[in-house]
Amino acid sequence: MKRPIRVVVAKAGLDGHDRGAKVVARGLRDAGMEVIYTGVHQTPEQVVETALQEDADAVGLSLLSGAHNYLFPRIAELMREKGMDDVLLFGGGIIPEEDIAALREHGVERVFTPGASLEEIAAYVRDAVGRRRGQAARA
Amino acid sequence: MGVTGPPGGGKSTLVSRLLAAYRARSPRVAVVAVDPSSPFTGGAILGDRIRMQDRSLDEGVFIRSMASRGYTGGLARTTARVVNVLDALGHDVVIVETVGAGQEEVDVVRVAGTVALVTVPGLGDDIQAIKAGILEIADVLVVNKADRPGADETARDLAQMLTLGSSRTGWKPEIVRTSGATGEGIEALVRAIDRHQAWAAESGERERRSAAAAREEVEALLRDALVHRLEDRLGEERVRRAIARVATRQADPYSVVEELLAES
Ligand code: B12
Ligand SMILES: Nc1nc2c(ncn2[C@@H]2O[C@H](COP(=O)(O)OP(=O)(O)OP(=O)(O)O)[C@@H](O)[C@H]2O)c(=O)[nH]1
Ligand SMILES: [Mg+2]
Repeated sequence: MKRPIRVVVAKAGLDGHDRGAKVVARGLRDAGMEVIYTGVHQTPEQVVETALQEDADAVGLSLLSGAHNYLFPRIAELMREKGMDDVLLFGGGIIPEEDIAALREHGVERVFTPGASLEEIAAYVRDAVGRRRGQAARA
Repeated sequence: MGVTGPPGGGKSTLVSRLLAAYRARSPRVAVVAVDPSSPFTGGAILGDRIRMQDRSLDEGVFIRSMASRGYTGGLARTTARVVNVLDALGHDVVIVETVGAGQEEVDVVRVAGTVALVTVPGLGDDIQAIKAGILEIADVLVVNKADRPGADETARDLAQMLTLGSSRTGWKPEIVRTSGATGEGIEALVRAIDRHQAWAAESGERERRSAAAAREEVEALLRDALVHRLEDRLGEERVRRAIARVATRQADPYSVVEELLAES
């Protein structure tokens, strides 16, 4: 049997905007995924520990506070330290176009901004996790 | 131990409080929290963990969310095995939170030595949400949200319901008032759970439960294995045709099953 995709949807830092995260969580659920929602005000350590304990395929971070240039790289770094190279890191929120390329360098594979459709997001996660699982199976 | 009860009753909040209480005396505590999968998409939002996140960086705490994946007893099919693994890994206490359970979600009794049933005040005069079936599996009855009005009445109603039924095991469930919000009553809850565990160890109830659980688990696996073997032998196509005949009312399901068994 094919294991459903497990995604941690997280809100880190002081950012209290949780609508987008909840909408995305529901969208991924409706696309057949198992979504672990962390709630707001998580530290990067909590986000990464959650992903480990939940054996997540992916971590999706929602950030509307402007702290993305710190929180995304920090989470990416912790994930590397824990050897989570097979776990996808992506996200969305209010993130200026000019920051996105730098985030990608840090290992944030894709960033969705306001207006992104849930279908688009779900298709991306399915595809990106599928690719990673394929790689793991070949390795 | 298991924590069950109607949706939104405060199970996860209580589990988080219990985590803190058990960690004060045990080096390693684990939680397995089950939420329902959508029957249509198979997806799930696993939200129990939100209430426990303040314990997530404690190295002595492990929390794992599970989706029910179509299994209807209030747990996931593999929850019992996950509990076994966590036990084998050296967790002194494993707490299982069921999906918000109504009446038939009683499988938790097969994985837990002690079951706490969480209710809240104001569910209605006759506590409709707590039907007989689920009341029978309770070893401890928790009236949570006792910071709200009506807790005493609910406790009284529960006490009355208990006098109506007869105990299967000789254990009389204790009724404890708690507030997950304030932490009130948590110590009393832990003591009530301790008393039940001591009684279960002494009376032989613990062995009876593990024997019943083992039997149930082996039978369930055997059933699954038999069905798979049968499906393999018959082939998808034959089963599909048989189902189609039932769907179009050319045959009734009983005869179709008899035929399939005869063919296999
Ligand atoms: C609603 C809102 C609020 C509500 C939040 C309610 C709630 N519980 O969420 C309230 C009124 C509480 C609020 C408060 C504040 N807000 Co406000 N708020 C907004 C507003 C108007 C809409 C946000 C929203 O809910 N959109 C709807 C959701 C569905 O969209 P979304 O979150 O963008 O999500 C989409 C994508 O971004 C993406 N996405 C988002 N997350 C994720 C995650 C993953 C994994 C993926 C794949 C995709 C993804 O996909 C979603 C679907 O397309 C925005 C302005 C705007 N137009 O965005 C300001 C905005 C975000 N707020 C802002 C500010 C400054 C504040 C306050 C600091 C104001 C103040 N001074 O008090 C406070 C801070 C509160 C806090 N504790 O964090 C600023 C942020 C500026 C910045 N980042 O530089 C904004 C941009 C307004 C502005 N133009 O100045 N806010
Ligand atoms: N007033 C009050 N509210 C509480 C108490 N315990 C929990 N709540 C609130 O009740 C709501 C549900 O709490 P949860 O702990 O998520 O309940 P649950 O039974 O785990 O819910 P499901 O897992 O969805 O069935 C939350 O909004 C809590 O903050 C309590 O003792 N008093
Ligand atoms: Mg819960």
